[in-house]
Amino acid sequence: MPSLPDMNTPDVAELARGAAAASRATEVPTPDAGQEAFFEALLRIGDSTLILGHRVSEWCGHSPALEEDIALANVALDLIGQTQMWLGLAGEVEGKGRSADDLAYLRDAWDFRNLLIVERPNGDFGHTLMRQFLFDAYHLELLKALAGSSDPRVAEIAVKAAKEVAYHLERSSDLVIRLGDGTDESHRRMQAALEALWPYTGEMFLSDEKDAEAAAAGRIADPASLRPAWERTVRDVLGAATLTIPEGAFAHKGGKRGVHTEHLGYILADMQFLQRAYPGATW
Amino acid sequence: MYAQLVSTDGLKKPEEMTPEERAFQERIDRGEKIEPKEWMPEGYRKTLIRQIGQHAHSEIVGQLPEGNWITRAPTLERKAILLAKVQDEAGHGLYLYCAAETLGVSRDELMELLHKGKMKYSSIFNYPTLTWADMGAVGWLVDGAAIMNQVPLQRTSFGPYSRAMIRICKEESFHQRQGYAIMMKMASGTPAQKAMAQDALNRLWYPSLMMFGPSDKDSVHSAQSMAWKIKMNTNDELRQKFVDQTVPQAEYLGLTVPDPNLKWNEEKGGYDFSEPDWSEFFDVIAGNGPCNKDRLGARVKAWDDGAWFREGLVAHAEKAAARKAPVAAE
Amino acid sequence: MSKEWPLWEVFIRGQHGLNHRHVGSLHAPDAEMAILNARDVYTRRNEGVSIWVVKSVDITASSPSEKGPLFEPSNSKVYRHPTFYDIPEEVGHM
Repeated sequence: MPSLPDMNTPDVAELARGAAAASRATEVPTPDAGQEAFFEALLRIGDSTLILGHRVSEWCGHSPALEEDIALANVALDLIGQTQMWLGLAGEVEGKGRSADDLAYLRDAWDFRNLLIVERPNGDFGHTLMRQFLFDAYHLELLKALAGSSDPRVAEIAVKAAKEVAYHLERSSDLVIRLGDGTDESHRRMQAALEALWPYTGEMFLSDEKDAEAAAAGRIADPASLRPAWERTVRDVLGAATLTIPEGAFAHKGGKRGVHTEHLGYILADMQFLQRAYPGATW
Repeated sequence: MYAQLVSTDGLKKPEEMTPEERAFQERIDRGEKIEPKEWMPEGYRKTLIRQIGQHAHSEIVGQLPEGNWITRAPTLERKAILLAKVQDEAGHGLYLYCAAETLGVSRDELMELLHKGKMKYSSIFNYPTLTWADMGAVGWLVDGAAIMNQVPLQRTSFGPYSRAMIRICKEESFHQRQGYAIMMKMASGTPAQKAMAQDALNRLWYPSLMMFGPSDKDSVHSAQSMAWKIKMNTNDELRQKFVDQTVPQAEYLGLTVPDPNLKWNEEKGGYDFSEPDWSEFFDVIAGNGPCNKDRLGARVKAWDDGAWFREGLVAHAEKAAARKAPVAAE
Repeated sequence: MSKEWPLWEVFIRGQHGLNHRHVGSLHAPDAEMAILNARDVYTRRNEGVSIWVVKSVDITASSPSEKGPLFEPSNSKVYRHPTFYDIPEEVGHM
C-alpha cells in the first residue's frame, strides 16, 4: 500500500460544511458528518471489490481452460489488492482504529455496502464473465472519475486501480463479444446471463443522500453521472456480441444500505470463519 | 514424486543397443540436451510423455486441496498469497503440458487420459486439507518435497522439460517459504493454533514421505530412467535428503515429527526414520485415497462444463477469420 | 473430442530493451486471445513490456541432422573473437 498523506487536510471540515450547506441550506451541519458519508462511500467501493474478488477466486482450479484459470486469478488478485487499499482508507477515515482486515472479517452482512450484482453466484463461466463485464464497465468509469477526487488519497488509489481495471474490461468485453458471437449454445448462455444480471445493473447508478454528500465534497463521484459512459460501452460491446439488451428498467437495490441477497451471508460464513472461530488470533 | 511409479522396460546394456540407441545414450552421457525433433528411442519418448504428463496433472489437481481454502483465508494478505500460489500451479501445469506436447501428444489428449483414469497424478493430492494449518504444512512439506525432485530435474536430458523445470523452480521459490511462514505464525500463536499446526504435521508427514515413491529395492524400473537422465536421483536418496532437511525445521517450530523411531545416525550422517505404510500408498494410487473421487470429479466437471466455452471461442475465431479473409485479399 | 485451441509460441521483450526472447507456449483460439493469455500467463512477475505470439505450426526450424554443417564451421573462426588478438597492456583498454 502506498504511503498516504494524513487525513486531516486543513480544508476537510471546510469542504464538508460547504458541501452540506450547498445541498441542504437549512440544516446546520455537524463537523464530522462529511466524514461519515465519506466512510460510507469508501465501504461501497471496497466492499464491492472485496466480494467480487471473493466470487472470482472461487473459479481457481475449476475454469474451462488453464489460460482462463490464470487470467481470472489475476483479476481476483487485483480486486483483493484494491480492497486492501479502499478498506484501509475507510478505516483511516473512520478513525476508530479498524484495519482493512477488521472491516472485511469482522462485520456482519448488514454492515456490508457492496452492490448486489457482485454477490450473485458465479453460475456458469459465461454468467461470471457477463457479471464481470457489466461491473468492469462501471468500475472503470468510477475510477476515472475518482482519479479527479478532491482527496489525494482517493485519487492515488483510483489511478493505480484504473490501470488494472482497464485490462479487466478489455478482457471481459473481448470474451463477451466472442461468446455472444460464437456457437448457438454460447450465444444462448450469454443472452441468458445478460437477462439474469441486467436487473442488478441499475443499482450502480442510484444515488442516495450519502452519495450526494460525498459527491458534493468532491471526494467521490456521483453514481448517476457514470451512467451515460457505461451505457455507451455496454451498448457497443453487447451489439458486437449480437446480444439483445433487455428492455426492463427494474433495478434490484439495497446493497448500498446493507440490505443484501441471501448469498452474502454464505460468502461471509466462508470468508470470516477463521477470524470468528479463533477471535484475536493472528495469522 | 509428482511422477510416481512411471515404469520403463528394463535397462538396456550397450551391447543390446542399436547403433542409433548407443549414439543417443552417448549424447546423454556427454550432457547434451535432446530436442523434440531429434531422433530418440520410442521408450524415451513414451516414458517422458507419461512422466511429464503425470507431473502436469499433479500440478492442476494440486490446485484443488489448496484452492479449497482461498475463500476461507484468514486475512486479505493471506488470501492474495494463497491465490497467487495456486495460480502458479496452474501455470506450472500449463508449462509442463506444453513440454509434453513437443513429444507429439496434445494437451486435450492428456487431459482426456487423466479424466478416464488412464494417467495418474501424485498420491499426495488425494489427502484432504482440513484446517488452515494445512496451508502451511502443504507449502512447507509438499512443496518442500517437490522442490527436492524438481531442482535436479532442471538438468534433465530433454530440453523442453528442462526449460519448463527451470521456470517452475524460479517461480516456486516462494511457495515453500510462504508455507513455512504460515507454520511459524501458527506454532507461535494461540494454543489452538499450535495444536492445529501439530495436527497438520501429524497427518501430512507420512503422505509427504510417500511422494518420493516406493523404496529403491522395490522400484526396479528406475534404472533406465536414470540412464536417460529423466530421473536424476533414486527415491530413497531424495527421501533421506528431505527428512534430513525437514526435521530441524520442525524442531525450530517446536513441533514433533510423528515418528518414534526418528533418530540421528552419526555414522551415516542422516536420520533414521520409519517407512510410511506402503499398503496405504498403493491403496491411494489404486483410487482409494480419501479424496480421489472428489479430486478427479472436480477436474472432469471443470472440463465438461467448460466445453461450450472452449467451442464458442473456436467458433468465433473461425467466423472472424472468415470475415477478415476477403478484405485481406483485396 | 472437440476442436482444440491451437498452440502459440510466446516471445517477450523485458524491461531492459533486449530482444524479444522465447519464454514458452500456450493455447488460444486466435492471435488476439493469445496476446491476452500471454500477458496473463507469462508476465505475472513483471517480466515484460512487449509481447509477440506466433502459431507454433508456423515456425520453421533448422533440421537437427544438419547441426554439424550448420554450426560447426564457425568453431574454427577464432579470429572473430576479441581474445584472439594480443594487445600490450600499455595500450590500455580496447
